[in-house]
Amino acid sequence: MTDHTSQSAQAAGKSDAGYWAANVRIILVSLVIWAICSFGFGILLRPMLSGISVGGTDLGFWFAQQGSILVFLALIFFYAWRMNKLDKEYGVDEE
Amino acid sequence: MDQFTINLLFVGASFALYIGIAIWARAGSTSEFYAAGRGVHPVTNGMATAADWMSAASFISMAGLIAFTGYDNSTFLMGWTGGYVLLALLLAPYLRKFGKYTVSEFIGDRFYSPTARLVAVICLIIASVTYVIGQMTGVGVAFGRFLEVSSTTGLLIGAVIVFAYAVFGGMKGVTYTQVAQYVVLITAYTIPAVFISLQLTGNPIPGLGLFGDHTTSGEPLLVTLDALLRDLGFNEYTTHNGDTFNMVLFTLSLMIGTAGLPHVIMRFFTVPKVSDARWSAGWALVFIALLYLTAPAVGAMARLNITDMFWPNGANSEPVSLERIETDPRYDWMATWQKTGLLGWEDKNGDGRIAYFNDKNPEAVAKAQAAGWGDANELTKFNNDILVLANPEIANLPGWVIGLVAAGGLAAALSTAAGLLLAISSAVSHDLLKGQLTPNMSEKNELLSARIAMAVSIAVATYLGLNPPGFAAQTVALAFGLAAASIFPALMMGIFTKVNNKGAVAGMLAGLITTLVYIFLHKGWLFIPDTNSFTDADPLLGTIKSTSFGAVGAMINFAVAFTVSKMTAPIPREIEELVESVRIPRGAGAAQDH
Repeated sequence: MTDHTSQSAQAAGKSDAGYWAANVRIILVSLVIWAICSFGFGILLRPMLSGISVGGTDLGFWFAQQGSILVFLALIFFYAWRMNKLDKEYGVDEE
Repeated sequence: MDQFTINLLFVGASFALYIGIAIWARAGSTSEFYAAGRGVHPVTNGMATAADWMSAASFISMAGLIAFTGYDNSTFLMGWTGGYVLLALLLAPYLRKFGKYTVSEFIGDRFYSPTARLVAVICLIIASVTYVIGQMTGVGVAFGRFLEVSSTTGLLIGAVIVFAYAVFGGMKGVTYTQVAQYVVLITAYTIPAVFISLQLTGNPIPGLGLFGDHTTSGEPLLVTLDALLRDLGFNEYTTHNGDTFNMVLFTLSLMIGTAGLPHVIMRFFTVPKVSDARWSAGWALVFIALLYLTAPAVGAMARLNITDMFWPNGANSEPVSLERIETDPRYDWMATWQKTGLLGWEDKNGDGRIAYFNDKNPEAVAKAQAAGWGDANELTKFNNDILVLANPEIANLPGWVIGLVAAGGLAAALSTAAGLLLAISSAVSHDLLKGQLTPNMSEKNELLSARIAMAVSIAVATYLGLNPPGFAAQTVALAFGLAAASIFPALMMGIFTKVNNKGAVAGMLAGLITTLVYIFLHKGWLFIPDTNSFTDADPLLGTIKSTSFGAVGAMINFAVAFTVSKMTAPIPREIEELVESVRIPRGAGAAQDH
């Protein structure tokens, strides 16, 4: 597909391979946060967070019941916004 | 007006609305039938996905499971929302770019193999049909309770209604019907929760009330609940009591299963652009989170209310008297639910009081004996699944709230059943018949066969729902485990790796079969009772319960696929180009048919 890349983007040294590598980096960072907040703070690291109290219980309980869901939402919207920007930077968007 | 009439009015009015929308938005062409001509806005699509996704399990069952187990069942909250991150980041945009109609079409094309497509179709049909059976059973029970008919009659009424709008409406009918169902469902879930949160904490937002102060005791709500449960010999609500490894695996299975269920993935084929597919997953989770952030509050507050009903003056005072249960209108809900067989109590020691405590805890038994309440728990049965439906009655809320919850529970069960039926019908007509057996079939016949497939699946699901082989939660677990172990890894490897046809087929089969066998070993072969060799209390492999095996099945799938792929011929040039093109949004036009 490289032959379809818009000329300005190519001139800036931006290739489809570069676009994909950037995308994979963003995905990896997002998934690390995804795992730390749910499996980490919500389950495995909960004992470490037991000192931080939230409304009658500890931070780990809050992450397991509500916090992780809020983080998931933030991650998806961040990814959509970041990728739509990346699409334009690399000239691979749909317009 | 009596409660029966109110329930009938609410349920009847909501159904009239869904059917009206289905008739108004009747599908004309094949592409409209499957994907509504790709004209669905991301917010609308998100709302429909939310209704599609939140079934009887989320609406009726989940808060009850959390209420009676506490922290350990946070797995459902994290698992059933965390999968959307995987969907949004790893699948949705690329499948939309691919631009075909179904999940198995992608697997067949990407792995250039009719066998791969066939295996995918089989996985999809098994996962979807089992899921529908669970929903139909739920429909039957909810109808039975609220319309005061037998669950058999309830199930038949439900089957006719699902048939009407799913068969005649197609995806477009379903999309707008599901938007209406979402509105009914979320209103029905939120209103009683707001009332109860105001009663207990003075905070109108249940999700915040959960971490607020209890008005009566002045202490935080969760501290009050923990203390009350401790006094009665139960596990504290907020502590971790189960096995940590199994908790992680179960959460992961639910997450991967979410991202591998065909009826959810199909939603992302119905948005106009790749960028819209990314936003759509976010919007879906927004609408799901509205319920999921409220659910833990519903669970904790209901547990507190129920315990208070049996200990009106606190756990260190007298239990409620039998006379009061029989005469006080506040306790009328108990008689109503007793009729379903899901709630039961018995004054075992004949002292005229119903003592509710944990009789498996020696300390609590000693305390009850010393006080003269007997040595056994006298609330003999409290089925977790009645909690959400009985909640407004327990909290003494007005009759219209109870009618609204009835309509909401049915909306949740029916919308998911319809979405799954659509996935099944497209798998049969589009992938199996047109894709494999009769490629020259006309559009008209394809549409006809899709409708026949739907009718047949409803008939099968209704029949199995009438004679449930003793599984409700197991059905859902099987559907998730199978989707996690078979479909998700194949889709992910199709986009992110250069795994070849043989690798994909071997991987899917390995994941599917190991998961199926592990579940059958614990739950009985084809769920026939007493044919199981192990139980989830003492599983075959360490602490891994059969419900948590989906994640293991997925890992087996990945491992087998990579190994086989390494040993066989690499993918051809044109497939490499296909993978490259799926990764780049540019050029995602309207979807292509064959």
